Amino acid sequence: MADLLEVSALTKRFGGLVAVNNVSFSVREKEILSVIGPNGAGKSTLFKLISSFLRPTSGQVRLKGERISDLAPHIAARKGVVRTFQETTIFKNMSVRENVIIAHHLRSTASLIGFFLGTSTAKADEAAFGASADDILELLGLSSLAGEIARNLPHGHLRALGIAIGLATNPSILLLDEPFAGMNHDETMRMVAMVKRLRELGLTILLVEHDMPAVMKISDRIVVLNFGEKIAEGTPAQIQNNDKVIEAYLGSEDEAIGL
Amino acid sequence: MTHNVKIASVAAFLAIVFIAVPVLISASGRTDLYYTLTSVALLSIASAGVWLTFYIGRINIGQGAYALMGGYVSAILVVTYGWSFWLTLPAAGLFCAAASVAIGLPILRLRGVYFAMVTLVLTEVARLLALALPVTNGAKGMVSIPLPGALSAFGLIIIPDFATLHNSRLAFYLLAAALMVACFAVVYRLVHSRIGKLCQSLQQNEELASSIGVNIAYLRVIAYAVSSFFGGVAGAIFAAISQSIYPSSFTVTDSVNFMLNCFLGGLGYVFGPMLGTLVLYFGWDLLFQTGQFQLLIYSTLMIVLMLFLPNGLLSLAATTRKKG
Repeated sequence: MADLLEVSALTKRFGGLVAVNNVSFSVREKEILSVIGPNGAGKSTLFKLISSFLRPTSGQVRLKGERISDLAPHIAARKGVVRTFQETTIFKNMSVRENVIIAHHLRSTASLIGFFLGTSTAKADEAAFGASADDILELLGLSSLAGEIARNLPHGHLRALGIAIGLATNPSILLLDEPFAGMNHDETMRMVAMVKRLRELGLTILLVEHDMPAVMKISDRIVVLNFGEKIAEGTPAQIQNNDKVIEAYLGSEDEAIGL
Repeated sequence: MTHNVKIASVAAFLAIVFIAVPVLISASGRTDLYYTLTSVALLSIASAGVWLTFYIGRINIGQGAYALMGGYVSAILVVTYGWSFWLTLPAAGLFCAAASVAIGLPILRLRGVYFAMVTLVLTEVARLLALALPVTNGAKGMVSIPLPGALSAFGLIIIPDFATLHNSRLAFYLLAAALMVACFAVVYRLVHSRIGKLCQSLQQNEELASSIGVNIAYLRVIAYAVSSFFGGVAGAIFAAISQSIYPSSFTVTDSVNFMLNCFLGGLGYVFGPMLGTLVLYFGWDLLFQTGQFQLLIYSTLMIVLMLFLPNGLLSLAATTRKKG
């Protein structure tokens, strides 16, 4: 399988703090790759670097060979790298369906003036977005909530809506920021199934996550960060038996209990 | 609202503005009302611009700057360069739109109270510029601006020379009302097209909007430019009516009023600024009879209205419609 996304020697400094230090890895087409690490390992920074919400101090991110770091976020999205948000970031005062329809923005063929004048291209766009939004809502089990104002949705559905918004942009690679955070076991298992389903549909997924059992279940490969550096990369089985990883996760606790 | 109801209410509104009002005024002989209603129409155009910036999630207290700018652009082009008023009208709007792109690119990155403060300062900067620039004639202002001349195309006179008219007040009223209708039609269409949804997405979450590929900087500047265009056009007509413009023609108070018009009418309703302007303008005049208590009563009423009707006067109509 070919490499879709390539992260090479990525470094981000905030003043004296090196949040991400010389990290390299690549994401293959149609794989689910998870980035894990203890708190403060630099996962979120890495995530923002890949989605172009932050600019790297050095190093770069390439999508299909084309450099996407240093671009504005909306241009990176246009190239096919789209993120979801850790918080329940949605358009609160729009209905669920409107949220997904507006997220089809990148697929519009009509210009802003076309939409203003209501040209036939604009009308065709609107109809296509509506139909596609209904499909996406169906896929994520949100159909029955389509007319609901987004801010009234329960937590689990909000996360699904976040993913629906991401899907609507038709990404090459979808970046999920802690998709299982704050979920109970059942919700997590449902989300795991949903993410696997997305991969079956041909999507490539990179996720940043805390929840180890879910990550082990879902990932094809895992990249482990600690103190901003990559300390391991491999399949879930390899990662579980990697000494450096065990040390990173357990080492501090061992000290704390005096071993 | 069904399609037919919409068409009927638009027709009724147009009939009131263009037929009923002139007929009633000529029957009652209160021609001074023309000036009042013209002012309301023009102020509501400027307020519609402010409303549009609210719609992208920015508190705009700087519309006075563009109204002043538009007034001066029109006045200078007419007086100094001998342009026809009818050409200066779009020129004033476009000049303000261009200026707002240059100003907006840096300041629209600010949000909330920071953007509000900068726009507040903008009005003051515009006044000081008008005082200082050689082309604006300083504190003396531009006076004796000729009335709008005739507008003709292909030998046909579309609009007659205002100076030859028996009743130029009516002519100005019709001009202002027509422009108001056009401006609100544009805003209505903007809001009800996909552009409106994009603006809402900016208002609700800019980060998410950019993550789905919306060029937020571009969209913000476009909305601000349209807003300033409205301000400039309104200012230009004001200068033509009063046949003069001074650095103090539009001040911070005006900028604040444009914003209050939007609040009063309702930020969630396209026609909010129109109703807000009408109520605020006439409300202020009615309170004139209370003499020294005018400002006190006025501000108390405003506070009470904001407390009990945070979504503006039009939210009253919306709730009764829902209940009924």
